Amino acid sequence: MSYFSDIYNGIKTLLTGMSVTGGYFIRARKGSLTQQYPDNRETLKMFDRFRGEVVMPHDEHNEHYCTGCQSCEIACPNGSIEIIWDRAVDPETGKKKKKIDQHIYHMGMCTMCGLCIEACPTDAIVWAQNYENSVYDRAALTKILNQPGSVVKAGIED
Amino acid sequence: MNLLIMNIPLNITGTIHDWINSIMPQTAANITEWVLIAVAYLALFAVAGLYLVLLERKVAAWFQLRLGPNRVGPWGLFQTMADALKLVSKELTSNDRIDKFLYNLAPYFVIVTSLTAMAVFPYSEQFQGFDINIGVFFLFAISSIGVIGILVAGWSSNNKFALIGAMRSGLQTISYELSVGLSILTMVLLSGSLQLSEIVEVQRTGGWLIWQGHIPAIIAFMIFMIAGTAETNRAPFDLVEAESELGAGFHTEYSGMKFAYFFLAEFINMFIIASIAVVLFFGAWLSPFGITEGITWFPEVLWFLIKVLLIIFLMMWFRWTFPRLRVDQLLTLEWKYLLPLNLVNLLLMAIVIWLNWTI
Repeated sequence: MSYFSDIYNGIKTLLTGMSVTGGYFIRARKGSLTQQYPDNRETLKMFDRFRGEVVMPHDEHNEHYCTGCQSCEIACPNGSIEIIWDRAVDPETGKKKKKIDQHIYHMGMCTMCGLCIEACPTDAIVWAQNYENSVYDRAALTKILNQPGSVVKAGIED
Repeated sequence: MNLLIMNIPLNITGTIHDWINSIMPQTAANITEWVLIAVAYLALFAVAGLYLVLLERKVAAWFQLRLGPNRVGPWGLFQTMADALKLVSKELTSNDRIDKFLYNLAPYFVIVTSLTAMAVFPYSEQFQGFDINIGVFFLFAISSIGVIGILVAGWSSNNKFALIGAMRSGLQTISYELSVGLSILTMVLLSGSLQLSEIVEVQRTGGWLIWQGHIPAIIAFMIFMIAGTAETNRAPFDLVEAESELGAGFHTEYSGMKFAYFFLAEFINMFIIASIAVVLFFGAWLSPFGITEGITWFPEVLWFLIKVLLIIFLMMWFRWTFPRLRVDQLLTLEWKYLLPLNLVNLLLMAIVIWLNWTI
């Protein structure tokens, strides 16, 4: 007699489905998922895992964590990152040491794959949460991530 | 013709009737009145169809925790109006090597049949365009013609998706017509009349038919809702359009106003199915428990609309909950489940009436 139990199960599962969507229907006015974007620009907060652009955070003494190891440059699949580096004499030890001159990020080429951020051993570069990135001139998309005059934070290599 | 006007003896129509008769001879006056009534019906149901589209979009949005159209006018009230204007202004494109005559004819087949069916419903005691004594049969016959339009559209488009969609439509309609017919027949057995106003009269004294017929009536209602959803080609029975498989099914090649006709016809068909359900099961314009029975100024058409909208909401609930059936599942559902159950149900109803078990 699976015929009648099929009918019973059919109706039961359909009603279960309808109760789920019915619940959504009732809650929709309060818990709508829609972001009315241009209107809520002031209050819109992006999500933790959102990939806006790659930035290099600096602390209050204008120090960053980038040691110039070039892991990100090697990891980048399409050459969006270029690092111009130099050697300078460390005043404490008196040895020659690698340091970055410019960390250049071509945002127009970046596919937001995130491999550079995974590759970075010192977490010097992170994802930003900004989202309005269009500009009128594509030259504006090439950004120098380290601020002028910034130095690497002491002891980050140890 | 006078019959048509006499069925609407509201003051305003009476005044118009007298005025038209005073300025022109009898025959011309009759033709003018036909045209006026036709235009009134067309305008009313074109707008009703547009607002059903808006309702569908809003309800769909709420079922998916979205907001729905809310930009054009307050709460998006003019959204579908704007869409219709856009469709009117669009170019009517067509494919290479189509059957031009049939291609252009098909949308009118679909929209005219669905608008014709609207004429017979008793929206209130006075508001009924065309009260024929075989009303249910007329509805049933008219609603079957629409599928010819769909078949013609699919055949003449010179497009394989359209043809597959149209063939599926033929298959689906032929199968589910049976269930719609048999479930209607079950209720006709109970009401004892095919005339729609007569069916309402039966319910005025004895309560709504779904109450009078209890168990077999409820089963008939469930079967009618399933088969009716299939008749209107809506999800979960939208194999005819099946966006994910066939593009847009039979109207893939249509654009502009011809597409709008198909689209509007789908929603008017939904209104028709809901109206049939309301007349046959829920007492048409009769108020629940007769709460507005004694109030003469109360517009009974409001009850009709409320009930129709509830049934339409149920159909939208189906659409936004259930996944689409496969073709073999569609046929299994009809021929192995609905049809045998319907026949048994018809027998059950006959026994109920024979033994006087009706309430």
